[in-house]
Amino acid sequence: MAQQLPTPEHPLTPAQTIGPFFGYALPHPAGGDIAPVGHPDAVTVHGTVLDGAGQPVPDAVVETWQAAPDGSLDGAPGSLPRNGVDGGPRPRNGVDFTGFGRACTDAAGHWSVRTLPPPADRPYLAVCVFARGLTHHLFTRAYLTDPGPGDLLLDDLDAARRDTLIARRQPDGTHRFDIRLQGEKETVFLDFPEQ
Amino acid sequence: MSTAPPSSPAGVLTQQDIDREIAAARKAYQAEGVPRQHPARDYPPYRSSTLRHPTRALVSLRDPEAAELRGPVFGATDVTDLDADLTRQHHGEPLGERITVTGRVLDRAGRPVAGQLLEIWQANASGRYAHQRDQHRAPLDPNFTGSGRCLTAADGSYSFTTIKPGPYPWRNHDNAWRPAHIHFSLFGTAFTQRLVTQMYFPGDPLFRYDPILQSVTDSAARERLVAAYEHDLSRSEWSLGYRWDIVLDGPAATLTEEEH
Ligand SMILES: [Fe+2]
Repeated sequence: MAQQLPTPEHPLTPAQTIGPFFGYALPHPAGGDIAPVGHPDAVTVHGTVLDGAGQPVPDAVVETWQAAPDGSLDGAPGSLPRNGVDGGPRPRNGVDFTGFGRACTDAAGHWSVRTLPPPADRPYLAVCVFARGLTHHLFTRAYLTDPGPGDLLLDDLDAARRDTLIARRQPDGTHRFDIRLQGEKETVFLDFPEQ
Repeated sequence: MSTAPPSSPAGVLTQQDIDREIAAARKAYQAEGVPRQHPARDYPPYRSSTLRHPTRALVSLRDPEAAELRGPVFGATDVTDLDADLTRQHHGEPLGERITVTGRVLDRAGRPVAGQLLEIWQANASGRYAHQRDQHRAPLDPNFTGSGRCLTAADGSYSFTTIKPGPYPWRNHDNAWRPAHIHFSLFGTAFTQRLVTQMYFPGDPLFRYDPILQSVTDSAARERLVAAYEHDLSRSEWSLGYRWDIVLDGPAATLTEEEH
């Protein structure tokens, strides 16, 4: 079946690197504030993006998308809100859970989002990484809890590879998820073929 | 008497070196015979890719329940009326050639991608970004920042008014210049359809020298990154019109009738 996919009528537009100069267009100060303000269940997910030499990548964008705690994948507008005065960024409305976050790495290659825990049947943040030097974005997943056997993705990976997708709970309660673009503990990156 | 350009010190990577690598990568792609429309992530002529690409194969995931088959939604609060006109974001008019860029965003089946966020950023007419890291000694324009956004219409269409960006130098190799381009960021109905890319202008003499454009080794795919000049989109005594349609890759959830 998979071999007989028709040639798509509309050939795709190729990706190109995000380059070094996205910094005045894509970052949003509220991009990582996914959890509603003051929500008692909010969790922080953060980490460092590293290159093949183990050096931090200070010019990466990390985007996350996830199911809401009640399982909904409908999302909501307002992840990157703008004000109508000068078009600049404004805070999120503090109420809606949009499911989407955008965090840009700092000079130390670090990123973070503050969100609500995803549901048990999809216990992960879908992660998309862009960077200068990366010609085409990469998808991965940050599992906030280890779902155990029965996960379509994790079941197929050996222990060391599987490990790269599990966020580490820190003593301060945050979840740490480092992204290694290359090298010994290279993060597992994903491809989503047509179903 | 003319002054000779400074010659490159020994050991410096020249355009000829990069040209050879670009030709070798293209030849290898053709010999392989496996169509690939996106750029390879390991593309040596673009030096910054060397340590920033995975060496293991991607893991293919066929999961009809994957969260990635749905994606974020955007709305009226994520854009403002002035965001699609990059020439009106300051008190005065920016310098340069006023243009409009118009097109449609479609999925691979040709369905319009409606109501989704499209973001752009670009250099000014002199080839300078409003970014501290851009050290190119070309003037900044106090009336031009170069970032904009819009939501696609019901038919997937979008339109920006801006000025034509200039080419600019970079340090991939000696005498490296990027052809003029506008950076685009797009969302589809699924997270899998996310796309960041660059739009180029027809007939730019720098295409063949640029390892970023050439990282798309398939020539037909590469041509799809180049907008078309369309005279009917030009407005008399006002602006020049370009058309660029965008087709997003990747599967999406099949919505049931009720969800439409
Ligand atoms: Fe650029």
